[in-house]
Amino acid sequence: MFDGLQHFSDWLIYSVFSLGADSHLGTALNFFVYDTIKILILLFVIVFIMGIVNEYFPVERLKNYLHRNKLYGLEYLFASVFGAITPFCSCSSVPLFIGFVQGGIPLGVTFAFLITSPLVNEVAIAIFIGMFGLKATLIYVLSGIILGMLGGWILDKFNLTPLLSDWVKSILDSKTQPGTFEEEQKSFRERLPDITRGAWDIVKGVLLYVIIGIGIGAAMHGFVPENFFGQYLGGGQWWTVPLAVILAVPMYANAAGIVPVIQVFVAKGVPLGTAIAFMMGTIGLSIPEATLLKKVMTMKLIGIYFGVVTVFIIISGFIFNLLL
Amino acid sequence: MRQIKVLGPGCPKCKTTYKNALEAVEQSGLPAEVTKVEDIEEMMKYNVLTTPVLVVDEDIKIKGRVASVSEIANYLR
Repeated sequence: MFDGLQHFSDWLIYSVFSLGADSHLGTALNFFVYDTIKILILLFVIVFIMGIVNEYFPVERLKNYLHRNKLYGLEYLFASVFGAITPFCSCSSVPLFIGFVQGGIPLGVTFAFLITSPLVNEVAIAIFIGMFGLKATLIYVLSGIILGMLGGWILDKFNLTPLLSDWVKSILDSKTQPGTFEEEQKSFRERLPDITRGAWDIVKGVLLYVIIGIGIGAAMHGFVPENFFGQYLGGGQWWTVPLAVILAVPMYANAAGIVPVIQVFVAKGVPLGTAIAFMMGTIGLSIPEATLLKKVMTMKLIGIYFGVVTVFIIISGFIFNLLL
Repeated sequence: MRQIKVLGPGCPKCKTTYKNALEAVEQSGLPAEVTKVEDIEEMMKYNVLTTPVLVVDEDIKIKGRVASVSEIANYLR
């Protein structure tokens, strides 16, 4: 599918700029041009598809559905899947949290959504396909969804309501509001311009990170010796996974920037499972998100939430390394 | 006078929407007041789940994405 693109990059770098295919600079630049164009195409396509899905299944619909129906455990699956398909913005997490709680949705189910939403997002999926292929992407998406379900379910087992901030508790005590969501009656044709614009906005928003990420990746690709990380981290030492995740959690990086860098780590010998776990730690949990959540949760609850998710990401890292 | 409100706790998307709203008002030359609502409690009165939200005369027009200048200008007419 991307053969033509590879020919184009070869032609541009090796013929037009006449850099040698065996020089570090030549390979690095070739890698950069090829990856940037490929990722941008994938990014637009995936974000566009997600935009269409989202137009027809907005999160308000999930809220009303969960409010009305008894699902015997399936609500965790729905919340987590919706978390994956909803475009994530860290500042939406607080309104979402309140809205769900207000709608009488159990805390655990709300957490399932909250965990998966940043963990699996359209930008990360697109770049993942470009960098690691479909199989690894599928494993990443499925494990993100399962992680959200299990994390939410476990959190539901703790008695967490007393750990919410006073303001949220007062909302819980007041009557639950029925949803007032009206379905927009628009044809696909009428929706298309908004969807396209939305997709373009997202791509534009991460463009810089993609270029920086791939740039760093390309530079490392050309200059870091083969199996460099493998010597230190690739030997399957058990502690590499927890270490990678614990380092990743306080880091806050855009998925668009972090995946191309991770790809080089993998190419130079870091196990793919460790790399996926590292990425999940970086994008799934972050200090800015914790700061925002302070408005609705006590520090203790944020600690429990982050702790549970961290443990689950570490466990999935081990499982990936066994499977892959 | 039209009342435009941009709801959002202050992420980049919310700031862009606010900027677009100011620009739309300036371009249209119509009398309108643009306010930014950053307080979550105030925001929740509108019963929204995703931000940023564009509210024109207490009516929710766009939620969960950045509203462009021309879109906002359309609501001002």
